[in-house]
Amino acid sequence: MSARKLTLALAALLAATAAPALAQSVAITGGKLVIGDGSDPIEGGTVLVQDGKVIAAGRNVAVPAGVKTIDASGKWVTPGLVVAVTNLGLLDVDAVDDSNDSDADKSPFSAALDISAAINPDAQHIKVSRAGGVTRAAVAPLGTSSIFGGQGAVIDLGADPQAITVPRAFQYVELGETGAKRAGGSRVASYVVLHNALGEAKELAVAPAGARRDDVLLSRRDAQALIPVVTGKQLLYVHVERASDIRMVLNLRAEYPALRLVIVGATEGWMVAGELARAGVPVLATPMVDLPESFEQLGSTQSNVGRMKAAGVKVSLGAFFDQPRYAPQYAGNLVALTRVPGASGLSWGQAFAAISSGPAEALGMGERFGSLRAGRAGDVVIWDGDPLEVTSGVVKVYIDGIEQSLDSHPTRLRDRYNTPNPGSLPRAYDW
Amino acid sequence: MKSPRRALLTAAAMALVLTGTGAGAARDDKKKDSAAVKAARDFNKDPYPSTYKPYPGRVTVITGATVFDGTGKRIEGGVVLLRDGKIAAVAGSMTDLDLPADAVRIDGTGKFVTPGIIDAHSHLGDYPSPGVEAHSDGNEMTNPTTPNVWAEHSVWPQDPGFSRAMANGGITALMVLPGSGNLMGGRGVVLKNVPARTVQGMKFPGAPYSLKMACGENPKRVYGSKGRTPSTRMGNFAVNRETWIKAQEYRQKREAGKLESRDLAMETLVGVLDGEILIQNHCYRADEMALVLDMAKEFGYKVATFHHAVESYKIGDLLKEADTCSAIWADWWGFKMESYDGIPENAGLLYKAGACVVIHSDDANGIQRLPQEAAKAQGDARRIGIDVPDADVIRWLTLNPAKAIGIDKLTGSLEAGKAADLVLWNGNPLSVYSRPEKVWVDGALLFDSADRKRRAVSDFELGQPGEGDVK
Repeated sequence: MSARKLTLALAALLAATAAPALAQSVAITGGKLVIGDGSDPIEGGTVLVQDGKVIAAGRNVAVPAGVKTIDASGKWVTPGLVVAVTNLGLLDVDAVDDSNDSDADKSPFSAALDISAAINPDAQHIKVSRAGGVTRAAVAPLGTSSIFGGQGAVIDLGADPQAITVPRAFQYVELGETGAKRAGGSRVASYVVLHNALGEAKELAVAPAGARRDDVLLSRRDAQALIPVVTGKQLLYVHVERASDIRMVLNLRAEYPALRLVIVGATEGWMVAGELARAGVPVLATPMVDLPESFEQLGSTQSNVGRMKAAGVKVSLGAFFDQPRYAPQYAGNLVALTRVPGASGLSWGQAFAAISSGPAEALGMGERFGSLRAGRAGDVVIWDGDPLEVTSGVVKVYIDGIEQSLDSHPTRLRDRYNTPNPGSLPRAYDW
Repeated sequence: MKSPRRALLTAAAMALVLTGTGAGAARDDKKKDSAAVKAARDFNKDPYPSTYKPYPGRVTVITGATVFDGTGKRIEGGVVLLRDGKIAAVAGSMTDLDLPADAVRIDGTGKFVTPGIIDAHSHLGDYPSPGVEAHSDGNEMTNPTTPNVWAEHSVWPQDPGFSRAMANGGITALMVLPGSGNLMGGRGVVLKNVPARTVQGMKFPGAPYSLKMACGENPKRVYGSKGRTPSTRMGNFAVNRETWIKAQEYRQKREAGKLESRDLAMETLVGVLDGEILIQNHCYRADEMALVLDMAKEFGYKVATFHHAVESYKIGDLLKEADTCSAIWADWWGFKMESYDGIPENAGLLYKAGACVVIHSDDANGIQRLPQEAAKAQGDARRIGIDVPDADVIRWLTLNPAKAIGIDKLTGSLEAGKAADLVLWNGNPLSVYSRPEKVWVDGALLFDSADRKRRAVSDFELGQPGEGDVK
């Protein structure tokens, strides 16, 4: 190649790589701006995204020449929603087993299972959730025959093949009633299984050339997968509901001080709120549970999240597997509780943070996404009204600064059936 | 034109239906019938009668509130008067209200009043909390047709779900149905949402029975997996039709005075053919609903309501013509194959087609938020250019479900003479930020958010963590 040709080729290459960067820049102005960090909304704020990252968000943000500007007057502008316990991308139809990768209970492996292998960015549930304003999600766990549900991933919901933001972001363990059942029928068994597994991982981590004792229970792969858990390199999601189970989980750190715990579920969290707050362990609470659905949820109340928050617990919302797009409705209900005598809820800002920056921080990724503070991913949603209000809807979604399609199977059906039948031919020709 | 004698007989039969004896009792040749024939014909149709009596209430007047009356009307700054357990008056201002001195006066300024919310599809009591196996009483999955079972015999009145449905959802009446594992799952029962020791103490006086039917995946999966029929959708229809043929034969025998033994299953099915028992049909897909409507014509019964009906929007015209309601979720979708074509605009498109919309829960949590579900459907309709006024959306939760389960003459709207079943909300109930402030059933105040003792606590919750908590 001649020098001139090389220069031209380089220029073309630069142009090619520069183009996406331009596409990843946008300024959204004039809307009611929500930063997502718990602060109050800002009237007439601007968020500036360049090269896929938030540069600035607030009242007096200058928009550089050449950056595409979107007028969001009369609308709300927020960070994309973050839902930290989902099964997004693992299934097409829950009850159609062939399409569903969320269960692996016949696998000989458990902790080693890596969810990121199965994520399908084209799944309709991802599209529908994206159109509901969800831009990042943690995917977990697998139904296994063990208390370990495998290694969950953090994904973005963009309409592109690169779904994984962070693979193997956390290990998932079931204690409480489900864990007891899987471990042999009793909580007593599940704690021994857990201690044994963490112990084998600890030994394997320091064993010369990976040598192991003869009487190990875990396969090598499962034990290896738990090494980052015991060394604190990987988060450990623990699903528990009952107050006494939460206390047992907090006690684990006496023996394994490096554990980075995240408690999932926590129906009776309000009963141990002081201990949770002192431990500084993040909680991804299932919102709105107010029925004693099981004996480990006898103390259930919708005020659970509000009471934990008031006690200083790092609590946000999680664990609504089926439809992550319901996150704003749940958050809005927590605001409603502030107007009910005797109930505890969240302020609007806290409630929105509980479905954006809160889950991101629980994942240890609050610096990367979940709010519109400078340096975070350009995940922005424009809404036609208060995003926590049930009548509001999503107008536009940006992920890493790129505007996303909001189309899906349901929207195509909507469009087909919202028009008069075109005439002589069946609707099947109307597409 | 009916002959006078025929009309008289019909009236007599009607009276007998209402007093709970057989429709054939007016036959002239009664004396000749054997004891067995009489037993099979003149059976007691109400052997577990309601023992519910309204709880004490006071004359109450609510002023200044925005009133959605359930029929589609909205009254700003309205006045609602409750007296003797009934709605005595609904008006735009305080005129000619003959109020006793000790009447309770409630300033509803800034608040909203609606009829009590009615859930046409609940399993409270037959799948109660805690959801342990010992409590799983909703599906008698031992035979594909079990019209002989009655949901009321499974209802556990101590289910804590009833109190949550009232406190958070403003529910005053509900239909408890058997599950959908069977083609004919059994009788559903309409309950007043009042705490009681017995299910009879909750049964809605004067409400008709319903028969729960189910099409699609569930029955064929349940029985197909046992190696039994039905294992296909065509099998579903074959078993249904054969069963209806038997019911027609049973009815003919009864009318000919030839029945010599009772059959609980057939009594329910003949009740449907006689128009006394309503059909509540679980069905997701449009094509199957259309087939069910033809099956109803084939055997001479009416489908009151399709439940779940996620594809109703594809056949709004057929449903309007059949006068069949669709009891639907706002936006459930994609959890099973037959829910794959569910869209959140279902309610809006049905409304546009002039068909009857009911928002139902089928869920112990969803029942606490039916107005929010309806509001979601309203928002999704608006975004495709279908504007549904708030007052019509409230109808989806009140008068329409009352019609769907056969109690629309008794409750479901704020009209003089109807039961004083109503909710005072602390804001527009179609907002996520609003909750019930007070709930009355037959004029008795059974929930008051400002009075922590005016909150039902079931036997199960006594002595448990959070007893009497705000929930």
